[in-house]
Amino acid sequence: MKKYYFNLLVVTALMIFVGCSNNKTTNKDTETKDIKIDGSSTVYPITEAIAEEFRNVAPNVRVTVGVSGTGGGFKKFSRGETDISNASRPIKESEALLCEENNISYLELSVAYDGLAVIINPENDWVDYFTVEELNKIWHPDGQNTLMYWNQIRDEWPAEEIHLFGPGTASGTYDYFAEVICGKKVGTRGDYTASEDDHVLVQGVANDKYGLGFFGLAYYEENKDKLKLVGVDNGSGAVTPSMETVSNGTYSPLSRPIFIYASNKAKSNKEVSDFVNFYLSNAKDLVQDVGYIPLTDEEYNYEIKKFADFLK
Amino acid sequence: MNNGKINRVKDTIFKYVGILACSIGLILLAIFIGNILIDGFSRIDLDFLTSLPSRKAEKAGILTAWSGSLWIVVLTFFISVPIGVCAGIYLEEYGKKGRLTNLLEINISNLAGVPSIIYGLLGLEIFVRLSKMGSSVLAGSFTLSLLILPIIIVATREALRAVPSSIRAASYGLGASKWQTIWYQVLPASSGGILTGVILAISRAVGETAPLIVVGALAYVPFTPKGIMDEFTVLPIQIFNWVSRPQHEFSINAAAAIIILLIITFALNGIAVYFRNKWQKKLS
Repeated sequence: MKKYYFNLLVVTALMIFVGCSNNKTTNKDTETKDIKIDGSSTVYPITEAIAEEFRNVAPNVRVTVGVSGTGGGFKKFSRGETDISNASRPIKESEALLCEENNISYLELSVAYDGLAVIINPENDWVDYFTVEELNKIWHPDGQNTLMYWNQIRDEWPAEEIHLFGPGTASGTYDYFAEVICGKKVGTRGDYTASEDDHVLVQGVANDKYGLGFFGLAYYEENKDKLKLVGVDNGSGAVTPSMETVSNGTYSPLSRPIFIYASNKAKSNKEVSDFVNFYLSNAKDLVQDVGYIPLTDEEYNYEIKKFADFLK
Repeated sequence: MNNGKINRVKDTIFKYVGILACSIGLILLAIFIGNILIDGFSRIDLDFLTSLPSRKAEKAGILTAWSGSLWIVVLTFFISVPIGVCAGIYLEEYGKKGRLTNLLEINISNLAGVPSIIYGLLGLEIFVRLSKMGSSVLAGSFTLSLLILPIIIVATREALRAVPSSIRAASYGLGASKWQTIWYQVLPASSGGILTGVILAISRAVGETAPLIVVGALAYVPFTPKGIMDEFTVLPIQIFNWVSRPQHEFSINAAAAIIILLIITFALNGIAVYFRNKWQKKLS
């Protein structure tokens, strides 16, 4: 009994001691090099795929990827704690200022497109497309408790209640949709079924004839048989999102580029610059593998050139 | 009907209400575990346990996740148990009833209710940045230790309080000092209760995600931690990551990872229960 407690104390003391002493001489192995990446969970699957493939090319480089979110990622990036930051939106002015204060310069590189799908139940046979104005009318905060029926959108649609589904307000997808449909800093109405889990939204619309929802295009692609995709008309005709319409920019405004930000550490650190180059030259196939839409070849080449200029 | 009969009927009714109340939780748990087993059981094999994460669901494994979880749990145990038990002993046996003790007690009860993400922010500032531990296994363990300390302290105090005063009196009567009484009599007698608290606390630590994400646990780590200063990921983060993927194959992976997480939790609890029973037998 006595011995047990004694051992426990010794082990703990030892561990704390080792922890502190190890601290001062942070292990700088000459063999392995680290590349630290953090940021948006939207970009994460792409970066993970690239990091996985990069292991085959450079087995001695340890690439780690975190998911602190775009904002959290930039915070670490501006402190110099990471080499590359994943971002589902461009850097904010305040974040750019922080980088400047800490002498971190950076380069924004687009790596893929992310499309938002507006979807309805397959049994819904009255909706052919939405105009951006109609989507605005449906989702605008003013619509809360006033716009409740389908025939309030277009007269010929049924006098049935409309049931809305969308991501929760904490998600980047929500921010993006709210901004382009309802305007900056307006937000959307609050009386919709919100879930951070997009699978819940898929189930919701799939089981509700009068449902309407929006989420990432990849979720529609995985559940094509249960859902119906609706085209969006921004004034120049209704366009449904597809690989083609998203990447050539005609499916607007519900598609956006997603980014990685490379820090100036890439200039002195060959591993980081190798990784970014590998990223841009292999993104095309890998982006599709994980359900996003790649840029065109010219656009990737442009990004590669931009990065080469940045390194100079 | 006379009064006695009515009371007996009430008695029976309450009994069934009680059974229902008990079974709701168990049935839901059974449905949940059943579901997970159906989804994930066939996915578990040696490859799944020994592979690195991958974008291809069928090739992805949880080697880094479970080894990270194991490191975190073991370290957290060795950090939090001595501190928590010592604090409990002090408050229960030595602390004089006064303003300070009162304040401590209120704060400890309050801390038990603080959302875990707040502990994450605390850990990020104190351990990751000020103590310069970085996003290491050690920083994660210290953060989780803070999180579960209140549970351990409260459980220790309850267990100490449950020790019959006759044991203490007898020990003092034989001329033992206060420390001797605590060390040789009170602690062994209360070890069962203390361990129960520790089990609950550690089980909570195994499942925590939010504070570790804040501290900087990663999602993609292509290596297992070799020491306490290495970066890490844990099972709950890997599960969350897979659940939020659109492809159905990843949900199967998540289910399989949940099974492994449950197994780890059960195993840890099993070990603790084993020791508890062993020590309790010794005592009687």
